[in-house]
Amino acid sequence: MKWFIPLFLVASLVFAAEPIVIGVYEPMTGPYAAGGQMTMEGVYLAHEQVKEVLGRPIQLVLVDNKSDKVEASNAVARLIEYHKAVAIIGSYGSAVAIPGSEVANKLGVPMVGCSPTNPLVTLGKPFAFRVCFIDPFQGTVMAQFAVEKLGAKTAVVIQDIASDYSVGLSHYFQEAFKKLTKNNKSVLGVISYQTGDQDFTAQLTFANSKNPDVIFIPAAAYGEAALIIKQARELGMKQIFLGGDTWEAPEFLQVGGKAVEGSYFSTHFDTEATTTPKAAQFIKSFREKYGKDPSAFAALGYDAYMLVVDAIMRAGKPDPKAIKDALASTKNFEGATGYITLDQNGDAIKDAVIRVVKDGKFVYVTTVRPTE
Amino acid sequence: MSWTLFLQHLANGIALGFVFGLVAIGYTLVYGVVKLVNFAHGDIFMMACFFVYYGITLFSFPWWLSFVFAVFLTALLGISIEKVAYKPLRDAPRISSLCSAIGMSFLLENFATVVFGGRQKAFYQPQVLNKTLNIGEIRIQLVTIVTIVVSIAALLFLNYLVYKTKMGLAMRALSHDFDTARLMGINVDRTITFTFAVGSSLAAISAIFWALRYPQIWPFMGVFPGWRAFTAAIIGGVGSIKGAMTGGFLIGMISIMLVAFLPDLAGYRDAFIFMMLVFVLLFRPTGLFGEA
Amino acid sequence: MYRKKSFWFTVFFVVIFFLFIQYAQTHFDAYIIRIMNVAAIYVILGVSLNLINGFTGQFSLGHAGFMAIGAYASALLYMSPELKVMNFFIKPLIWPLNQIQIPFFPALLIGGLLAACAGFLVGAPCMRVKGDYLAIVTYGFSEIIRVLFNNLQSITNGPLGLKGLPTYTNLWWSWGWAIFTIFFIKRLIDSSYGRALKAIRDNEEAAEAMGVNLFRHKTLAFVVGAFFAGIAGGLLGSLVMTIDPNAFNIMLTFQIVLIVLLGGLGSITGTVISGVLIAFLMEWLRIVETPMKIFGFTIPGISGMRMLIFSVILMIAVLFFRHGILGDREFSWESIFSIFKKRDSMEGE
Repeated sequence: MKWFIPLFLVASLVFAAEPIVIGVYEPMTGPYAAGGQMTMEGVYLAHEQVKEVLGRPIQLVLVDNKSDKVEASNAVARLIEYHKAVAIIGSYGSAVAIPGSEVANKLGVPMVGCSPTNPLVTLGKPFAFRVCFIDPFQGTVMAQFAVEKLGAKTAVVIQDIASDYSVGLSHYFQEAFKKLTKNNKSVLGVISYQTGDQDFTAQLTFANSKNPDVIFIPAAAYGEAALIIKQARELGMKQIFLGGDTWEAPEFLQVGGKAVEGSYFSTHFDTEATTTPKAAQFIKSFREKYGKDPSAFAALGYDAYMLVVDAIMRAGKPDPKAIKDALASTKNFEGATGYITLDQNGDAIKDAVIRVVKDGKFVYVTTVRPTE
Repeated sequence: MSWTLFLQHLANGIALGFVFGLVAIGYTLVYGVVKLVNFAHGDIFMMACFFVYYGITLFSFPWWLSFVFAVFLTALLGISIEKVAYKPLRDAPRISSLCSAIGMSFLLENFATVVFGGRQKAFYQPQVLNKTLNIGEIRIQLVTIVTIVVSIAALLFLNYLVYKTKMGLAMRALSHDFDTARLMGINVDRTITFTFAVGSSLAAISAIFWALRYPQIWPFMGVFPGWRAFTAAIIGGVGSIKGAMTGGFLIGMISIMLVAFLPDLAGYRDAFIFMMLVFVLLFRPTGLFGEA
Repeated sequence: MYRKKSFWFTVFFVVIFFLFIQYAQTHFDAYIIRIMNVAAIYVILGVSLNLINGFTGQFSLGHAGFMAIGAYASALLYMSPELKVMNFFIKPLIWPLNQIQIPFFPALLIGGLLAACAGFLVGAPCMRVKGDYLAIVTYGFSEIIRVLFNNLQSITNGPLGLKGLPTYTNLWWSWGWAIFTIFFIKRLIDSSYGRALKAIRDNEEAAEAMGVNLFRHKTLAFVVGAFFAGIAGGLLGSLVMTIDPNAFNIMLTFQIVLIVLLGGLGSITGTVISGVLIAFLMEWLRIVETPMKIFGFTIPGISGMRMLIFSVILMIAVLFFRHGILGDREFSWESIFSIFKKRDSMEGE
């Protein structure tokens, strides 16, 4: 086999001149930085494992979108026009993923979202896909969990009026909660705050006066969610708090401390509840590289990269249009977060995982399957 | 609304009001003496939190030492910002120093992003202060009580400083006219340096109490309190210390009471605050306690 | 004679410029075109803010609010009814907005006019409120706009914003408006109005004593400035393809203020140069965030480095070139001629 190595080297030298570029736009700075950085851990790991496709090396180009919309659309335009990316991965935060997907769709390059859950990321855009579930499902999951598992009959929602994620998820939760409790008045109140607020005592005192069974906090920033719960406990409130996938960050536990114990949230992935053989392998190599457990965002970043590479392989050529067609026909792709099948909108139909905070850690509770 | 509920809201309002007030008096001091809108004040505030954070995590100082260390470092930072960014522009048109302030604010925010990282970090909370007090059915944080005490102390100290000391006399002279003050034999540079040192220390103190109450810190954390403090200083009247305290208190109280009494309009809260500002200024164009 | 000569030079230059735009639109790649569009929008914003801040001396921080009004009003008018249904999936859009669709140009104009109305509202208190107080009132105005747009879901779709906007903005639109803005404001500055505005900036009492109607002139500056900010907002919305209330925050205003400052308060030429410069510089600086190989060492890209370098450049500019690139000087053909004249006469010696 010794002859093989020089041959391989020669071959790689020949092709090294022509790498296939996969572009990534993620928020590395700004309010969504934590999400972007967690996602990149997964993307880098995946890139380390699969460095070439179709016999050509893959060049990964990351452009920071600063958690900003204008920057996001510039970033995607730059990836496509300047770096000649054949496919785009990104971004954490629907608010920045949407302008990116608009540009990618217009320029005819496929984009695979890791964790943006707002329906509009892919809606009406044939070139936009994602490897996560969407908010109508996520809102329903949490409502279902609250009603069926926690026996909740009433709820109050505290939403961030300046965040699209928050307002969207809040809406879907309320709809599902009213339907499941068969009571149009089961949501006792919806009260708003604004991104950047740090004091929620007024909202919480209001919520407490309604005395609901559960309080749903679809905060776009985990820090705000942690502060809300912390201040609620300081006001002596005993209600159970529920939230969405943004809560999953180590800082949520640090800021919230003891106060966030016993709060539930929905997310995409849990090391305890994996459904694919690939997941075990992913968790193992992630622990080796980073010395910690992977977050859901890292797992989704990993899956997005692997799915893009797989689609390039299936397309047989690094041509954006062919890759888009290959992506659209994705069925039962084995990822770390589960088997991924993309529907006609390009959204993944996947299970949601419910986790709880216990002894300062995120602990697996249950898995909810999509019903439809 | 029941009586206890109202009292709880009132307690919340007082708590938030004093937090804003404390931030605002530091803002207004520099503003009043140097006549410079220090847009970087909020970012000096942010840096103070990171000094505490690194004092505890990097040098394993006890928390109280870390606080003192941060106040000291922040004062130094304030002085050096004045030397680098404001002093060279003292004779330039006013707008240049405003720009310099905006630029400094950008610089500090981006410096923090690169050096400290953009993610929110948890601020250390000493067990001693992390307690809840029950007064009847009303619950108040111990930190809040301490904040109120510190605010009043800071207010009294500043009043003493400005109206009873020689340095205060110099500061008041400067606030009217630099050139006249210089002619009267006042060391303008030294007075301004001193003002910045005091203003920045106050920023650090308010930042620490802010972070004890809202324990997450990140590079852009100063933007929101900074604008609130600026608004409070304007409502109270430029350079008026008691005005800034009143302005901050009003903003805090209105923020809470609007949500309490009109929960459906909670989303419009900031619009109400600015409407109030516009009305105050239309009837009193120089703020509540400002001089014409 | 110079006047006539300058006029023809200007016409000639504009024709050449639009030929270049035509070439760029068809031959340049989309990335460069995008930055050129952004540059044009920066130019419109900078020049219009310069009218208020630089020429009239009213420190305004309300530009983002005017932009938001222009962007939303025009987008709601040129979006197709189907697109509106798709966007407003939580709360439907109120009648009659949900039925209307008009072409891009009139939509843009209406957006600008509504922004101009807002400009009047903001400009009016100018009579009583001055200096920093005015700055905070205008900032308050843009915050009120942002809060209202976040809350009025049945008109603006709240924080969900408007998405998938059709891209009408191209180099013709953006640079066409930019050139128009420059000419309009240049004409205004050179007219008796402009002299009155400068008089107000230099000494308000003196201006009033000379018979300048303060109210009329100050609000005029705000109305014109707001109109062009609204147009720029409409162009930006159609370029970025998605708008939401929170994009129009104080950071955006600061960015425009910086463009004005870098260019020089009271210099249209400087503002044009700095607007274009900043648009390109911000993209060019991305290099520092990508991993680099220097002498075999790989330096990993540090996120946020670009903004840090940008702010350092900014501070240097503010401290050492405190009057901006051009101070309050302007480009004129005469100055170009005089350079040639000098050279001619020198050669003659």
